[in-house]
Amino acid sequence: MNTIAELLRNISWRATRVWRRNVDVFLVTLPIEGLPAILEPILYLLAFGMGLGSMIGTLHYQGRVVDYLHFLAPGTVAVSILFWSYFEMTYASFIRMYYQKTFDAILATPLLVEDVILGEMLFAATKSLLAATVMLCVIAAFGLVSWPTGFLVLPIAVLAGFFFAGIGLVFTSMVTNISHFNVPMSLFVLPMFTFGGTFFPLEVLPSWAHAIAWCLPLTHVSFLVRSATLGIAHPMLPFSLAYLGIGSIVFGILALHRMKRRLVP
Amino acid sequence: MINPESQAHGVAIVARDLVKSYGETEAVRGVSFEVRAGEVVGFLGPNGAGKTTTVRMVSCFLPPTSGSAEVFGIDVRKRPREVKAMLGICPQEDNLDPDFDVLKNLLVYARYFDIPPDVARKRALELLEAVSLSDRLKSRVDALSGGMKRRLVLARALVNEPRVLILDEPTTGLDPQARHAIWTRIRALRATGVTVLLTTHYMEEASQLCDRVILVDHGKILLDGAPKDLIAREIGHTVIEAWNHSAEFAAAVRDLAGRVEEIGDRLFFYPEDAEGAERFFEERFPEQERQIRRATLEDVFLKRTGRALRN
Repeated sequence: MNTIAELLRNISWRATRVWRRNVDVFLVTLPIEGLPAILEPILYLLAFGMGLGSMIGTLHYQGRVVDYLHFLAPGTVAVSILFWSYFEMTYASFIRMYYQKTFDAILATPLLVEDVILGEMLFAATKSLLAATVMLCVIAAFGLVSWPTGFLVLPIAVLAGFFFAGIGLVFTSMVTNISHFNVPMSLFVLPMFTFGGTFFPLEVLPSWAHAIAWCLPLTHVSFLVRSATLGIAHPMLPFSLAYLGIGSIVFGILALHRMKRRLVP
Repeated sequence: MINPESQAHGVAIVARDLVKSYGETEAVRGVSFEVRAGEVVGFLGPNGAGKTTTVRMVSCFLPPTSGSAEVFGIDVRKRPREVKAMLGICPQEDNLDPDFDVLKNLLVYARYFDIPPDVARKRALELLEAVSLSDRLKSRVDALSGGMKRRLVLARALVNEPRVLILDEPTTGLDPQARHAIWTRIRALRATGVTVLLTTHYMEEASQLCDRVILVDHGKILLDGAPKDLIAREIGHTVIEAWNHSAEFAAAVRDLAGRVEEIGDRLFFYPEDAEGAERFFEERFPEQERQIRRATLEDVFLKRTGRALRN
């Protein structure tokens, strides 16, 4: 068994080498992979926002009247934060680990497993930050962001990116075949995507469903991002921050532990 | 030629009673050996013998279940970063970065060793020159042939100027040209005093490259010595293979030579007196189909590990 102390002791600044490697690959593959990743949430915004929005008009959110596009926009930012981190740490990490043997290659150098995994998570958080930045620019261009609170989306993205990275890697540590990712996709990602406070206010749900929705991490991310872009302070904000902060630490350590067991049999 | 300076450093690798078990199965069951600085040592053994597992324990990939190993006096379990900084590792499977070109593969790898970018670039270009990949600097890895990929992996393993080079089946799956190119590089490295630990199941490779071979099977060391000493000790000088033989011939051979093996339709025997054996054929069985040849490491291998197929 790896003790938590040992896992943390084996972490070093060398993790940034792994981060840097992934950034280098990202820059090589950006022209091909960047476009769909950015286009997707913009399509949601256009389709749901303009399509549905024209039917819905305005809705009540935390005692305010908000037009649907203003409500939806931060939801799409939250979804981007989720996707960019989660998919990087599931499918992409699995490909690096299993097909490309990239982790094996790195482990033949002075880096330890802990450095590799932390480097991966740092990269996922970076991708979330990047996704949030791009999305923030897009929705700001539509005039959907209140400033300066809108800037708070960026640190929220880093924290949430780290959270989803930990969860993604825990799944990756369990998977023996890349198609197995379909399971957490339908049991975890899709329910969050649909019920995570992204497309409609949770208040309209029956109270039991409402309660379940608040267990999902994306709900907290949407809540935080929406509060930032709408510029609304809410007494529950510290609670959501704590949820993501504690979750990041718990899942981060769990990811280190499980990936170490997987990579060092 | 072994560089006298590196020899003065003494022992490069020490392994004591290495054991690796996975649940019930023991892949390595108490392996102890030493590799002197500047020496080229080959681990031989059938598939699943424990060669790769042993080498992976020495190179900090797998923690041993028990036992210990040191590289230049540094414990692989306690200070893996320092050990790995001294090693150059060529894995069995190519694990190059498919998203980078040839040069970038080395530059990114050099970063893991904290080699400054300008030094890394200079060294990478020299190494790629040495493995004849200078004209492919900007090629994607997918576009390289199997032999080129192996040479690139070898160059990558040298980017940190390792004191010990670890090669896990360096030429498996290569054509003869590519294999000889790798052998030439390994010999050149050996001349510079680098210690080499390799695994192979090509006996010719072991004979060509290794000062010493360690024969492993079922997770234990069976033999450890210089190839020619092992051949002399285990087999002798000469091997005779005979086929399409009569029962009478088989009986006569059993009287002539101590150990006779019958495999399929062939008899193998190992006479101490080659000329006597030749006379025996001339006088009694001149028509007998036969081949008289020098004993090789392969004969030692098959004698000690048996001829049964391994999975």
